Amino acid sequence: MRRPKKYESGEATQYISRRAALRKLQLSLNDFRRLCILKGVYPREPKHRRRAQKGSSEIKVLYHTKDIRFLLHESIVWTLRDYKIFAKKSNRDRAIKDFRNLKRRLALFPEIKLDHIVKERYPTFIDALKDLDDCLTLLFLFSTFPSLHLIPREQSNLCRRLTIEFLHYVIASKSLRKVFISIKGYYFQAEIKGQKVTWIVPHYYPFKPQSRQEVDFKVMSIFVEFYTIMLGFTNFRLFHGLNLAYPPQFPSSVLQDSEDSLKDEASFVSDRIAALNFDLLRTDKVQEDEEELDIDMELLEQDGDSKRIIKMKQEAQEVSRLRTLFKGLKFFINREVPREPLVILIRSFGGKVSWDSSIFAGSAYDETDETITHQIVDRPSLATQYISRDYIQPQWVFDCVNQRTLLPTNKYFLGETLPPHLSPFVDSKRDTYIPPEEKALLDPSLIETHAQSDDDSEDEAEKEEEEAVDQELLDAQLQLAYQQETAEYKKYGGPDGVNEDEEDPEDDDEEDDDDEEEEEEEVDEKTKRLQEEKQKMSVQSGKVHKVNKRQVHKAEVDEHRLQARMVKPRHRNLFRKLIREKQTKEKEEWLLRKKRRTIEADNKEARKTAKREARKEAAAAAAKASKLGK
Amino acid sequence: MTKKLGLKRKGKDAEPTKEVAASSEASENEEEEDLLQAVKDPGEDSTDDEGIDQEYHSDSSEELEFESDEEGNYLGRKQSSSAEEDEESGDEEGEEEEEEDDSEDEKEEESPGTSKQKKSDDKPSSSGAATKKASTKELAKGDPSKPEYQDSDTSDEEDIRNTVGNIPMHWYDEYKHIGYDWDAKKIIKPPQGDQIDEFLRKIEDPDFWRTVKDPLTGQDVRLTDEDIALIKRIVSGRIPNKDHDEYEPWIEWFTSEVEKMPIKNVPDHKRSFLPSVSEKKRVSRMVHALKMGWMKTTEEVQREKQAKRGPKFYMLWETDTSREHMRRIHDPVSAPKRDLPGHAESYNPPPEYLFDAKETKEWLKLKDEPHKRKLHFMPQKFKSLREVPAYSRYLRERFLRCLDLYLCPRAKRVKLNIDAEYLIPKLPSPRDLQPFPTVESMVYRGHTDLVRSVSVEPKGEYLVSGSDDKTVKIWEIATGRCIRTIETDEVVRCVAWCPNPKLSIIAVATGYRLLLVNPKVGDKVLVKKTDDLLAEAPPQDVLESERIKTAVQWSNAEAEEQEKGVRVVITHFKPIRQVTWHGRGDYLATVMPEGANRSALIHQLSKRRSQIPFSKSKGLIQFVLFHPVKPCFFVATQHNIRIYDLVKQELVKKLLTNSKWISGMSIHPKGDNLLVSTYDKKMLWFDLDLSTKPYQTMRLHRNAVRSVAFHLRYPLFASGSDDQAVIVSHGMVYNDLLQNPLIVPLKKLQTHEKRDEFGVLDVNWHPVQPWVFSTGADCTIRLYT
Repeated sequence: MRRPKKYESGEATQYISRRAALRKLQLSLNDFRRLCILKGVYPREPKHRRRAQKGSSEIKVLYHTKDIRFLLHESIVWTLRDYKIFAKKSNRDRAIKDFRNLKRRLALFPEIKLDHIVKERYPTFIDALKDLDDCLTLLFLFSTFPSLHLIPREQSNLCRRLTIEFLHYVIASKSLRKVFISIKGYYFQAEIKGQKVTWIVPHYYPFKPQSRQEVDFKVMSIFVEFYTIMLGFTNFRLFHGLNLAYPPQFPSSVLQDSEDSLKDEASFVSDRIAALNFDLLRTDKVQEDEEELDIDMELLEQDGDSKRIIKMKQEAQEVSRLRTLFKGLKFFINREVPREPLVILIRSFGGKVSWDSSIFAGSAYDETDETITHQIVDRPSLATQYISRDYIQPQWVFDCVNQRTLLPTNKYFLGETLPPHLSPFVDSKRDTYIPPEEKALLDPSLIETHAQSDDDSEDEAEKEEEEAVDQELLDAQLQLAYQQETAEYKKYGGPDGVNEDEEDPEDDDEEDDDDEEEEEEEVDEKTKRLQEEKQKMSVQSGKVHKVNKRQVHKAEVDEHRLQARMVKPRHRNLFRKLIREKQTKEKEEWLLRKKRRTIEADNKEARKTAKREARKEAAAAAAKASKLGK
Repeated sequence: MTKKLGLKRKGKDAEPTKEVAASSEASENEEEEDLLQAVKDPGEDSTDDEGIDQEYHSDSSEELEFESDEEGNYLGRKQSSSAEEDEESGDEEGEEEEEEDDSEDEKEEESPGTSKQKKSDDKPSSSGAATKKASTKELAKGDPSKPEYQDSDTSDEEDIRNTVGNIPMHWYDEYKHIGYDWDAKKIIKPPQGDQIDEFLRKIEDPDFWRTVKDPLTGQDVRLTDEDIALIKRIVSGRIPNKDHDEYEPWIEWFTSEVEKMPIKNVPDHKRSFLPSVSEKKRVSRMVHALKMGWMKTTEEVQREKQAKRGPKFYMLWETDTSREHMRRIHDPVSAPKRDLPGHAESYNPPPEYLFDAKETKEWLKLKDEPHKRKLHFMPQKFKSLREVPAYSRYLRERFLRCLDLYLCPRAKRVKLNIDAEYLIPKLPSPRDLQPFPTVESMVYRGHTDLVRSVSVEPKGEYLVSGSDDKTVKIWEIATGRCIRTIETDEVVRCVAWCPNPKLSIIAVATGYRLLLVNPKVGDKVLVKKTDDLLAEAPPQDVLESERIKTAVQWSNAEAEEQEKGVRVVITHFKPIRQVTWHGRGDYLATVMPEGANRSALIHQLSKRRSQIPFSKSKGLIQFVLFHPVKPCFFVATQHNIRIYDLVKQELVKKLLTNSKWISGMSIHPKGDNLLVSTYDKKMLWFDLDLSTKPYQTMRLHRNAVRSVAFHLRYPLFASGSDDQAVIVSHGMVYNDLLQNPLIVPLKKLQTHEKRDEFGVLDVNWHPVQPWVFSTGADCTIRLYT
């Protein structure tokens, strides 16, 4: 029997280094990278690196041997090789100025086809939805790009088209759940077929020239190449699920024969599609979303009411409420407000929206429309205001969606200082720090008490200030009044005299008691002793045993510490790590709490001083006025 | 070369140029210097254009050249051409050589008319007729300072025409010569002045500005006024020849009017009227192809191409969840999603999430190690959405995510999501394990130096302590009163009360001597009995070996010490560190760490005899202990513990502690479990029946553990350590052999003060009550109840 050699079986044969993979596939590193990105092949972390690397301990990029063998049979490997040949030949043609041949070659450029890879990477549609996060985030970014050396115009146009289509789906299916304005961009979270899909839309003008070390657009472009195909197929299926026509089209009612539409129909339609403001053409005629939902609810009710079912029911109710959150409201977006995110929000929750027709095509009505209920503005003041509508800042819309109710608009009015914008993605039952704003949202009763306490404190402050003002300004008047009062006392002498009489006898009694005691001591010590003994013997009311809470706590902590020392040696490091994590978490929480306290104290102080000053000024003004009057 | 200078001045050309030069010279000095540069440059260029020049020269006859020139020259040259013809006919040999002369060819471009004169130059020995046709070009190279006749006189010597051809002249930079003349002699470079000479010439020579260097000969050439005028015209973009009239009347050689009748009388061929049959066939074929769809119009092709360009989408998945069996990559691990943002990332976060000055500083300080930062971004607050800019690191973040997706190694890992509490073993609550000491109830003060050791009377009324202040004190436990103080000569290392309740003896290890002291407390009968017992030595029936004799001497105490209570003195040959009694109170063992192979000794009190149980040293002995029931002897060296059977005189077991330095031992009263304390913070519980390795290792203390002790009745043990703590633990041993001992730490009693890195030195239990005594470096003994 042959003696087995080292590294001929087991983990060493499971993994293959990148270098070996390149050699095996006969590809350049660039082509290999492209292949890996498109096929979704990634390096693996072996269980025992040393064993997997056949004894060497330096860190190499390792791939599964099976993955590489899998790549060996991929058809696009041949396309990649064709690219190489194409580049060689076309370069030659260019060099010898054989332009006719070059033209012929360019027409025969080997196209890469990725359809089968999409199917292969995402065997079910749900798999594709699960991986949609990165795809959408990247495509939304690329849809804003200018034409670059490595990113052709067509690619960014395609990205724009696909993302708009996806947004149309989100609006039509009303699947948006959470939104958040971050410093990085707008976060959106939609629930599509039970999968939570989160994507980021960057703020305006995210593109900045980057050095090659910082950002390699080539790599991103390859990702986008795959993601566009994937999103296209996903959109296709999503649209069909909603009985919408794909690619999106408008019903003829929208396409009225106006001058614009007749002039260039294609661009007219694409503009209107990008506006996101119109419903798309449906392949069926009936809309029965609402009915379906009702049926679901009934089914749930029939199932009974275990906790989970109740929870699900509540969730379903909330969602149904969210879907019609803005129903019946008419919004107008001012020109300084970012249009697209707000249109998505308002339209997905049933509101109507429009904007100035000079900013973007597809506005439905003008600013002068009297039926507008809310106008979204983001400037400190506005010259002409309609009394029939609320002028609110854009954050209101976002907060409403996250809270799933229409919040009172007074905090979001034009020019108001906005309340903090909270993230809807944090777990409300977490054990870390929860800011008071969030607590108030979770438990509405807290809002009132908070407000009340604020009012109280303000009232107190006011009283104090009043007193201060009185003392400062009305000293003379007070003195006068006091003198008058004393004069009155002297004149009538009624109730005050009685009081004095009452006080005196008490004093006498005390004196009497003292005298008696002295007498007792002097006269009879024995009886006293007896009495004392008796007192000792007698049943006395027991003292309440006060538990020193701090000591008890300390004892408990000590006990716990001692027990913690009994952790098994093999768990000790893990235990320490866990404890350390816990401690840092607690420290973080403590720090936040402390910061909040100091901030609030400062604010209160500032408010107080401001009020005091205002009052002083008012008082001074009043004094002046009175002087003038005199 | 310069010889033809004068002749050039003849005729109409010479005078006007002079005038122009004279008039312009004064005013345009600066301009002219610029012009010079312009002149130099084209000269250099022309050397490179050698090939073209040659072509031109060889192709064209003289006449053609003239035709290409301006009108004015045309006529003038005609005269000269006749002369040239003469010349050519005269010496045809010159023609071949002429072509070689590249330097002249260059000049020909500037003044084409001069080419003929050059030909005459080809033969330096040519006749006077040839010299008459001096060219402007030659003039340029001539030296104006010399009179004409001089030139003509010296023409033979001075014709240093270079024959190297039109080559880059810098090839000759390294040589003294610059080429070869007609006679194949080297043309030596003229002496070159340095910059100072140049400067001086610039100052002195009024014509410096119009002096150029001939790259071929290396000689200075003074430009004539004519040349300068020519250069000026060229630079200003005019036609070089000033005689040329751009506006002279147009001579219509061919009429522009269309004649009614054809000029030629040949009729058109019939072919030109009839449509081509072959073309018709071809067109019909194309039409057919179009009709059949074999061929497409360019428009159609374009449209198709356009349509084909974008990706095509179709229903890829038939249902949501059905899975088509396909080859996939092996064992796929999906990439984890990005973390969702918290409140801190908001554009308008609650104020406490913003960094204060300290946090900002810290954040900025970790610029090189961004992974250590608390947050990967700096929280910011904006008053309104309008003011929020694009996030500067957005692109970078997306790029890093892409890198993560294709470059980051993936593996499936089980993430441990447990609470720290879960790792603490489930033990019964201390409250259920009472009684055990919880509070300090008595402090025995009186010693003036650290108290090394403590021991309790078997009945539990008195306490003995030995200290570094060379005294042994006997205390009443209940009152804390010091009853007796026995002073010794040296530091008291260890005290031990005899466990036999029928004797009242304390063994005191002080220096080299082991004192057996009668404390004279308690039952007086007992005291008397003990005194009687120790009064006289029993008769020695066995002869002691030399080895023992040199190590130990027994003696009765002297009168002075007798008063203090010392009855017997056993003098050792090395300082004693520890003394311990056997359970019955007849035997006691001492340890002298420096005693090498005699470091452990066993003394028998009744026979006043000593034994040395070991003949070989197995290491530095730290501690010895008698088994409470069996005739076994425990010896702790630094690392290991050996158990010897005293009857069979053999090693029973060796316990491996896996620790650096053992400090003490204590055995469970039943004798099956041993507790070992070590200086490396550990306590080891050995189950002697189970294994030679510790059943449990406890790290209860934060510093070296000095001593451990089992309680005789309660399932308790205590340990004292340098961290000033006495830890009381529950150590239950069950009769059932299958059940493991239960160990629960109960209470940490930390009232001793720290002194010189020492905390608690010794602990001991009360024999009856669950009380523990501890001695410390702070000169006190404390009782915890």
